[in-house]
Amino acid sequence: MKNIRSLMGWEATILLLVVLALLAGALLSPDFLTAPNLSFLTANFSEVALMALTMTLLVIVAEIDLSVASILGMCSSLLGVLWSAHVPMPLALLLVFLAGGLAGLFNGLLVTRLGLPSLAVTIGTLALYRGLAYAFLGDRAVADFPAVYTNLGFGSVPGTQIPIPIALFLVLAVVVATLLHATSFGRGLYAIGANEVAARFAGLRVERVKLTLFVMSGLMSALAGIVYTFRFSSARADNASGFELGVIAAVLLGGVSIFGGRGSVVGAVAAVFLIGIINGALTIVDVPNEVLTVVTGLLLIGSVLVPNLLARFRAGRERRSRATQGGESGVST
Amino acid sequence: MKQRDIVLSALTLALGLGAASLAQTTMLKKGLKITLLPKNINNPYNVIETQGGLDAAKEIGAVAKVVGPSDAGASSQVSYINTAIAQRQNALILAANDANALLPYLKRAMQAGVKIVTMDSDTAPEGRTVFINQANSEGIGRAQVQLLGKLTNYTGDIAILSATPNATNQNTWIKWMQEELKLPAYKNMKLVKIAYGNDDDQKSFTEMQGLIQAYPNLKGVISPTTVGISAGARYLSTSSLKGKVALTGLGTPNQMRQFVKDGTVTAFQLWNPGDVGYLATYAAAALASGQITGKTGDTFTAGKLGKYTIGANGEVVLGPPYTFDKANIDKFNF
Repeated sequence: MKNIRSLMGWEATILLLVVLALLAGALLSPDFLTAPNLSFLTANFSEVALMALTMTLLVIVAEIDLSVASILGMCSSLLGVLWSAHVPMPLALLLVFLAGGLAGLFNGLLVTRLGLPSLAVTIGTLALYRGLAYAFLGDRAVADFPAVYTNLGFGSVPGTQIPIPIALFLVLAVVVATLLHATSFGRGLYAIGANEVAARFAGLRVERVKLTLFVMSGLMSALAGIVYTFRFSSARADNASGFELGVIAAVLLGGVSIFGGRGSVVGAVAAVFLIGIINGALTIVDVPNEVLTVVTGLLLIGSVLVPNLLARFRAGRERRSRATQGGESGVST
Repeated sequence: MKQRDIVLSALTLALGLGAASLAQTTMLKKGLKITLLPKNINNPYNVIETQGGLDAAKEIGAVAKVVGPSDAGASSQVSYINTAIAQRQNALILAANDANALLPYLKRAMQAGVKIVTMDSDTAPEGRTVFINQANSEGIGRAQVQLLGKLTNYTGDIAILSATPNATNQNTWIKWMQEELKLPAYKNMKLVKIAYGNDDDQKSFTEMQGLIQAYPNLKGVISPTTVGISAGARYLSTSSLKGKVALTGLGTPNQMRQFVKDGTVTAFQLWNPGDVGYLATYAAAALASGQITGKTGDTFTAGKLGKYTIGANGEVVLGPPYTFDKANIDKFNF
């Protein structure tokens, strides 16, 4: 019960910070809080936002997928190859999803069948999938995608300033949130993350669940790859290099515990917006790019450090208060 | 030929119309807001280029600033283009990282009234109004092969160490290098490999090392990028093949000075990158002031550089490349 309460506190904090960041941005520059700027700013983190959804699920079961940006690059590259080979777009998109799904499946099999740590596996596939991206497209760029498709990446929902990829993200966020918070599959994820052995004894098919999550992560990265390719009308092997940092920073800042068992979609989504808004506000007042990277890094460290320090502080206070009340058990937190 | 004519006439007019140029400068609006967006901010070449832009801005009373990404990825310039729109800049001058990825964003900027000038690396023509070409691409490509031919006695395997595979400028020069190599004078020279150092010092260094190891008959390397040539020279200077493999290409005197003096590099070429940014800023200011619209035949005056005419496809040519060697390098500091 207390965990849930402290979690809501963390999410509320992040949401509050989002509001503060928007206000700070508006104070820094009169051009910040305008519809076109907010539209640019959110479109800018579409891919990170999409991949953060499935990353949230993986981190809740105490796994991680560092290869997401490489799968994105590989899928973008593949889409370029297929399109330049005159494969019809619907079929090309299908094959791209298939490739993303297979990449996720491979990650999942290495983790679940061979029992390897996902951190090590996906560092390996981070390199492997990026390598495949170069193998598909080499050093070329494919740019001649039809406007019908690039408009989907570049355009806004008709009649609004909401970028289409962000609308897509919001829909998927609702789907993933429902899956996580309102289904037995979702409750199973928390159980696995909190105590895998107990979850296994309780009859949860841990391996199958994890495998499913890795495949979902692969598919989501493929989708992000398609969005990226259309948004910039450019398929290149180096697309979205290093984006995994932003994804993981958002998930952890969103209050998803790196040790598993805790977190919510709302928190992760709010954190994606927070990082995006901070970056956007700093960009509009011409803060150099290196500083932006430093800010993301600090947010990442802070998001792991602050909850940890808070927990220690609370545990310490509880021990002290129990000791003063004469209680015997000062061990449990 | 046509472009050379333009350059010549521009030079003649510049000499003749010194006084008139002063009068025209006063027609530029004061307080124009101009953003300079290099490929990436840590690229030393871009630093010099944008400094030239800032110098020009100071002369014409414009408020200019340099912003940009730390990597040269296809899309990393997009958020800066969007920021320029949001900040209602009068003009945006950029060296494009990708000829296509930026197009929809540049078009949106133009619709919002931001004048777009590309310099050094162009986008597709519909993405900008004016392109400042540091020199005629054909001239640069051919001149580098001519120089390397002289350095290698027109014999042996040669390679190219380029920037990113999508860098528009490098690719155009390489195309002209290949054209030049088809001439009979080069029948004993063979282009064996085009390597890509991605304008990254370490990657260029390793690629140079790879070229030397993979091709034992390698006699010369052209690196048409300042990052590539200096990383390549650094590798060569410590290698046993120092002085045996000729390295040339496009470099800046300050980066190359030590390698020219220690005999690693005999000669290399460049224009003055500061002048590129300087010219681009004057062109942007002329556009933003309504002095020109960017159509072929429009003329404007670029301060100390004199008068320029806009050529076909909105292109303005700065001038021919310059060869630096031991005899003249100490006259330059950039």
